[in-house]
Amino acid sequence: MSLDPSFVGRTYPPTAPYQVGREKIREFATAIGATDPAHHDVEAAQALGHPDLVAPPTFPVIVTMAASNQIVEDPALGMDYSRVVHGDQRFAYTRPVVAGDELVCTNTIEDVSTRGGHGFLTTRTDVTTVGGEPVVAVWSKIVVRGEA
Amino acid sequence: MELPAKTFRVTRADLIRYAGASGDFNPIHWSDRFATKVGLPGVIAHGMFTMALVGRAITEWAGSPDAVVEYGVRFTRPVVVPDDDQGTEIEVSARVREVTEDGLTRLDVTATCLGEKVLSQARATIRTTR
Repeated sequence: MSLDPSFVGRTYPPTAPYQVGREKIREFATAIGATDPAHHDVEAAQALGHPDLVAPPTFPVIVTMAASNQIVEDPALGMDYSRVVHGDQRFAYTRPVVAGDELVCTNTIEDVSTRGGHGFLTTRTDVTTVGGEPVVAVWSKIVVRGEA
Repeated sequence: MELPAKTFRVTRADLIRYAGASGDFNPIHWSDRFATKVGLPGVIAHGMFTMALVGRAITEWAGSPDAVVEYGVRFTRPVVVPDDDQGTEIEVSARVREVTEDGLTRLDVTATCLGEKVLSQARATIRTTR
């Protein structure tokens, strides 16, 4: 599996805004067993100084995974998604995601390499509000397994 | 300093619920037929589900759901989840690597399943003063 190294440094156009809903935060928190009241009860979140429900730390992946389709479905990059496994994942937060946020993702390809027959792709997604306020930066490294 | 270990049980029902909540419907997380066809031993947990459970441990250690400043992992081994009532277990422990003067605590985290590490380079930075 060979990925085109000329894609390094490429930045994609910002995605359409994702509206963070209270029920999605509650659903996600419930799915991971996160019972802290700040994920479920608006008053509890406000008591911590937030305007609305606080999303768990990995919640932004809902938004960034959808946004990354821009890259993995880019025919010019030529990725076989059925051979993809998740390598690394990292989040650097300016603040937690909260209900009511309208989030926009800007994807940049930070690194492309091929080693041992496998392709490696590192992307950085800057997640901001529609107003341009930074919320979280998300790095993801995926591995495209070579044909055995 | 070692933090108290936490254990999370993971069943097939948890994977289905996480698939719906996260929007990740990759069939390797719900179909044995598909998982084995692509060379896996069976259905495996979403890496991001494991990362979410470890994230829960981190926020619980921090004592606050909004304390995480930075959090990253490398997925090194799949978490195989059998189709039975017991499922499997992920054990999470952590060690405080550094406490900075500006109120940040850096953790080195270990996550294992059946005694094998499923993450490497799992690190988190949490804010310990408000």
